[in-house]
Amino acid sequence: MVHLKINNIPVEVKEGTTILEAAKVAGINIPTLCYLKDINEIGACRVCVVEVKGARSLVAACVYPVNEGMEVFTNTEKVRKSRKTTLELLLSDHKKECLSCVRSTNCELQKLSNEYGCDENRFKGVRAEYEPDTSTSYLVRDNEKCILCRRCVAVCKHVQDVAVIAPARRGFNTHIACAFESNLGDVACVACGQCVAVCPTGALHEREEIDNVRDAINNPEKVVVVAAAPAVRAAIGEEFGYPIGTNTEGKMFTAMRMLGFDKVFDVNFGADLTILEESTELLDRVTNKGVLPMFTSCSPGWIRYVEYYYPELIPNLSSCKSPMQMTGATIKTYWAKKEGIDPKNIYFVGIMPCTAKKFEKTRGDENASGYPDVDAVLTTRELAKMIKTSGILYNELPDGTFDNPLGEFTGAGVIFGATGGVMEAALRTAAEKITGKPLDNVDFKEVRGIKGIKEAEYDLNGIKVKVAVASGLTNAKQLCEKIKKGECDYTFVEVMCCPGGCVNGGGQPIQSAYVRRNTDLRAARAKALYDEDKKAKIRKSHENEAVMSLYKEFFGEPGSHKAHEILHTSYVDRKHK
Amino acid sequence: MAKKIDVPFNGTKEQEEKLREELAQLKKRGDNGLMIAALQKAQDIYGYLPEAVQQIIADELGVSLAEVYGVATFYAQFSLYPKGQYKIGVCLGTACYVKGSGDVYKKICDTLKIEGGQCTDDLKFSLDATRCIGCCGLAPVMTINDDVYGKVSVEEVEGILAKYN
Repeated sequence: MVHLKINNIPVEVKEGTTILEAAKVAGINIPTLCYLKDINEIGACRVCVVEVKGARSLVAACVYPVNEGMEVFTNTEKVRKSRKTTLELLLSDHKKECLSCVRSTNCELQKLSNEYGCDENRFKGVRAEYEPDTSTSYLVRDNEKCILCRRCVAVCKHVQDVAVIAPARRGFNTHIACAFESNLGDVACVACGQCVAVCPTGALHEREEIDNVRDAINNPEKVVVVAAAPAVRAAIGEEFGYPIGTNTEGKMFTAMRMLGFDKVFDVNFGADLTILEESTELLDRVTNKGVLPMFTSCSPGWIRYVEYYYPELIPNLSSCKSPMQMTGATIKTYWAKKEGIDPKNIYFVGIMPCTAKKFEKTRGDENASGYPDVDAVLTTRELAKMIKTSGILYNELPDGTFDNPLGEFTGAGVIFGATGGVMEAALRTAAEKITGKPLDNVDFKEVRGIKGIKEAEYDLNGIKVKVAVASGLTNAKQLCEKIKKGECDYTFVEVMCCPGGCVNGGGQPIQSAYVRRNTDLRAARAKALYDEDKKAKIRKSHENEAVMSLYKEFFGEPGSHKAHEILHTSYVDRKHK
Repeated sequence: MAKKIDVPFNGTKEQEEKLREELAQLKKRGDNGLMIAALQKAQDIYGYLPEAVQQIIADELGVSLAEVYGVATFYAQFSLYPKGQYKIGVCLGTACYVKGSGDVYKKICDTLKIEGGQCTDDLKFSLDATRCIGCCGLAPVMTINDDVYGKVSVEEVEGILAKYN
């Protein structure tokens, strides 16, 4: 143990602890900007500087390890002045559109500048000029708001293993770029949006579709249908001040109706439907010696990763569309027919914790009715913004519910939003299909939790099923390499692109580096979903009555020809040649 | 939106084999920090570092193209553009600069429609800013290969370039 004093307060911490962490123990916060726990610890921005007795200059608290007998001062005049000047220098080269910026009031630079009483025009001079990158359907990169903290670069490389962005040039010309100044749309970006989730400013944000959705709602010819992904309900409350991990599903349904959506269905329903199709596909591959292991296909970022980086593993991907696309496809075929509505006039909006879903809806082979399965995708943040700008007092709303028939869902559908959830839901159904007997216990706890890679083996009536679950592409890469080399014999592999699964997706409410340092978003949000599953009366997808009558009335049975036409898709080799 | 840097590339098979061989040698060293050495070798072979060459380095070293590009653009010794048949240097050292070499430099950029460090599409002229070349009495000074031009005015630039066309 190391003993030191911070602002004269004695502290005892483990060797190797940074001043930043030690200060927390003393009840002292040191501001940070470039620091992102475990992901970007580079001491670059100099906002976290502190005085250390005997040191020649100020030191960066986020990376400076403590020593025995050290005396640290975090709040001296010298420290405050240095931090303020650093912030003012950042502001001198910043596009200060704070009034209308997408991150206004949720910007770490704005917050610190305000706290330190910065003069945003203290340093006048040339400001670097960059064109915003609007080349993709899912996100916008505006280097003029970038402060070069490199949090996006670090998450892209260390968490997602794709590193399509990196710092380029030097000095005043330094900027975050794709290779050879390409646009994001022309490189092997997987669209996960983790860069957006960690950006402290408005330099990265999703491509907004709110106006398109409002136009559709205002168009009397359109029947506008909305459905939210499982993970949305676990996080949207954060935008309205609820503690992280509060499930506000009921208020979300009420707000959706108040926004003017004609029907409120639920992608949880699509998740249950996915399980029926996917478990059928799995059993078919097992019995007919198809390509194994089978990969889940719910996560569009993961699909893009396989297409760009492991195209040789495309045959391993389940051909099932994602729950969102299945929901849209079912709405525009089965439901349209049932209600006598021309699918042309249906406008389906998916509410997603995800930016890659904005890409997914534009993929080929995702238009079962002849029209796109999904017309617009709003992130959890965009839905919250729509609610706020419509004068809806979310916190005051009574709990509402979804519409039938495409709203009903089971606990299995709910847990899709957390890593391991799809696997567990599939196991619940596959096990009963194989054994023909009801499960004594529907909890498959081995596949739960935020560990990057989880493995388990089950014996289902003599059939050995070996499964693996990964989230975050760095973890997925490990599995892909093992599978490529034939070093494992998994039957079924679930991969979610974002670490922790969709609850931690790139479209979820943005939490500051400070909050991320002290709360594990993945675990807190996932708990909300597992709690809902635990309370659910029905916890197995194949017991979802609405799904079963959908098969009876329309698809016939899981894996039928019709189901294949409407609920399955195909993939593309995108590897650079 | 940004415009992608797109430079013509006519590398030969022999050059690629040489590069791969050099990279294999480097990798035997097995330590980190191979990137700069790899880029130096590549520039020795090709004279510059176009995308296709940086892609080979990225694949061999197991890093992304964006990271290679980041390093290649950080150091002044690396060039993304080939050198022309005629290499123009304009001294931007103190003496030349106060005598107006900055304007001469800009005039050359405008005339050839390139920026410093770049090369014309026909690979004829490339332009670089240089430090003091030791003849401050002739400021402002520009060089084209081994020819030295002293006391250059903006008006003379087009005439000088025309001699090489």
